[in-house]
Amino acid sequence: MLDQTGARRADVLVKGDVVSEVALPGELGRPAGALVLDAEGCVVAPGLVDLHCHLREPGGEEAETIETGSRAAALGGYTAVVAMPNTEPAASSAAVVRHVLQLSRGALCEVHPAGTITDGRLGRSLANLAEMAAEGVRIFTDDGNAVADPALMRRAMEYSRSLGAVIADHCEDPALTGDGCMNEGAVSSLLGLPGRPGVAEEVMVLRDLALARATGARLHLLHVSTAGAVAAVRAAKAVGVAVTAEATPHHLALEEDCVAGYDTSYKVNPPLRSHDDRSALLEALAQGVVDAIATDHAPHPPEAKQVSFCEAAPGMLGLETAFGVASTCLGLPIDRVLALMSWQPAAIAGLTGTQGGPVVPGAAANLCVLDPARRWTVVPSALASRSRNTPFAGRQLVGRARHTVLAGEPVVVAEEAQR
Amino acid sequence: MSGRHLLGVADLGTEGIDELLRLADTFVEVGRRPIPRVAALRGKTVVSAFFESSTRTRLSFETAAKRLSADVMTFTSSSSSLNKGESLRDTVLTIEAMGADAFVVRHSCAGVPSQVAGWLGEVGEAVVVNAGDGAHEHPTQALLDCFTITRERRARFASAATRPRALEGLHIAIVGDIRHSRVARSDVLAFNALGAEVTLVAPPTLLPPSLEGWPVALSHDLEAVLPKCDVAYLLRLQNERMTEQFVPSLHEYTATYGLTASRARLLGPETLVMHPGPVRRGIEIAAEVADSPRSVITTQVANGVAVRMAVLYHLLGSGAPVGA
Repeated sequence: MLDQTGARRADVLVKGDVVSEVALPGELGRPAGALVLDAEGCVVAPGLVDLHCHLREPGGEEAETIETGSRAAALGGYTAVVAMPNTEPAASSAAVVRHVLQLSRGALCEVHPAGTITDGRLGRSLANLAEMAAEGVRIFTDDGNAVADPALMRRAMEYSRSLGAVIADHCEDPALTGDGCMNEGAVSSLLGLPGRPGVAEEVMVLRDLALARATGARLHLLHVSTAGAVAAVRAAKAVGVAVTAEATPHHLALEEDCVAGYDTSYKVNPPLRSHDDRSALLEALAQGVVDAIATDHAPHPPEAKQVSFCEAAPGMLGLETAFGVASTCLGLPIDRVLALMSWQPAAIAGLTGTQGGPVVPGAAANLCVLDPARRWTVVPSALASRSRNTPFAGRQLVGRARHTVLAGEPVVVAEEAQR
Repeated sequence: MSGRHLLGVADLGTEGIDELLRLADTFVEVGRRPIPRVAALRGKTVVSAFFESSTRTRLSFETAAKRLSADVMTFTSSSSSLNKGESLRDTVLTIEAMGADAFVVRHSCAGVPSQVAGWLGEVGEAVVVNAGDGAHEHPTQALLDCFTITRERRARFASAATRPRALEGLHIAIVGDIRHSRVARSDVLAFNALGAEVTLVAPPTLLPPSLEGWPVALSHDLEAVLPKCDVAYLLRLQNERMTEQFVPSLHEYTATYGLTASRARLLGPETLVMHPGPVRRGIEIAAEVADSPRSVITTQVANGVAVRMAVLYHLLGSGAPVGA
């Protein structure tokens, strides 16, 4: 068993929706009627928490629904996800937030809707942040777009302070990314695809860090992907700016050369970056400059991907492969992986009441059982997501969630969703 | 590489280019006959799938196909496939289902010909010819450029007539908007494969973001390059480049990178002037230079048909891969 207090060998008894006993192996009696989940060779841990996924509902049900997306999450070992607000309509009002929460009853993981920063996600005026905060929204973001107007971002940061909220930004300056569809550099130059320069991210990160420092707001940087961005975050943390940052499994595992065959599965924003960027990101992750691994799970139906690279929708699936990619590609010990995927993101999202906490009697029974040695091959048609746009198709990963327990309910048993 | 298709110059290699140029020589003669037609591809269907409008290149390919007696299906669409609610894959497979042996593909986005080749490979044997994809490649333009340089130099200059490879050791300057040019990418690869030395001449904003791995020299000084080059190859400058701030104005561009009449006097006696068209007279090249004897711009267009006949014949006629 592994949580933020350390690792130990133990059996865990769950009753109702809480952990009732944690004992040395063999010391627990087996209450009549109890379901026993085999965790031989596995790590029992607080459930994983994803700060960043697109469940597409309402409005994008041909790509994903809360049901299919939360099933994918549960199969990936997640017990809580933050759902991005770029739905149709966008989650920029209490009404839409309530709708998402209502749709999430019966989901296979906790779904915490994020709200937009700007009204309608249009970047022109502030959304009703306090009204959404009253519905429990803790993270505000226009993800998919940066808040390009610096004055508006400044106001959002100032206003958010009284709400105990986190302002999260997709840091790419739209004036610098233009119509780019992959990382700008040697590979884009040879392929003839318009580029999104790394400096578009760096410029926006630096702006946001300066505004956060000036306003005292709580800032979270979504999917940082460049050496320049992590250097800026490192410097800002050193002077006490209240900032956290996440990185995605795909930016940590893949590089821009993946695009060479024009396979639209590899199109994503921010784009897959250079080898030097990825090295800097891995280093920042190991040093704690990056606080969380977040999937940016972005389902798209086949017709949105079976078009030219320029027209293809950006985004990749992530929930079912994230732990496998992290344990295969990062070279980090599993306690670090879990910190980045469970308790640190739980703290950022303000979910420590029920998520990511130590596995002790009385704690909410949101748990995952991870098999770090499990070898498996990613088969798109076998994924629970409604979409198939994984960049890891055909790849062998080492590490997979075996069981997932949500509020005491075994929602995944032996790699099978139970509903 | 892919062999069966012509997606880029790299599919050909030096031998493949040489072979196609030899073949094109024989097809020039066909074009001069009273009935310029041979039966080589009778019964074959060539689809010209132009997702980006281009009358010149489409007519050149269609003429080439007809002179080989192939049937021609034309698909043109300036609107994106997404706007019509159909995926590009569905569009391509729908056309394929009508019976097609070759797809000549033009698209405003790089990579589409290789995507099309992948989708067609799932269902059949049709081959793909890249007729220009975004800022990636335009391999038949590069072939016709190599063909034009070879033939024109052999016809004009005694020194060139005896060379086994007409481009070996030549200095070729490519001038202008390299960044957005598929012609420049294909020409660099083809000229280099045939032994020429290429210098790119452009302001930094009109160069690709990186030239890592490009077999080229670089200059920002056109007047220093012109006296040393055997071919001055001008690229078209589109008006969008001004609104996108790649250059401040047409006037300043012409003043710094235009082949004006006075700059043309710096060229050596055997230097050829080329342009892939359409030419913007007075912008990248002065009218009197474009019309001067050293200009082979209309010859390029004429040679395009013979070169495209060679490509279609090679991919469809013999069944042998071009570069093998």
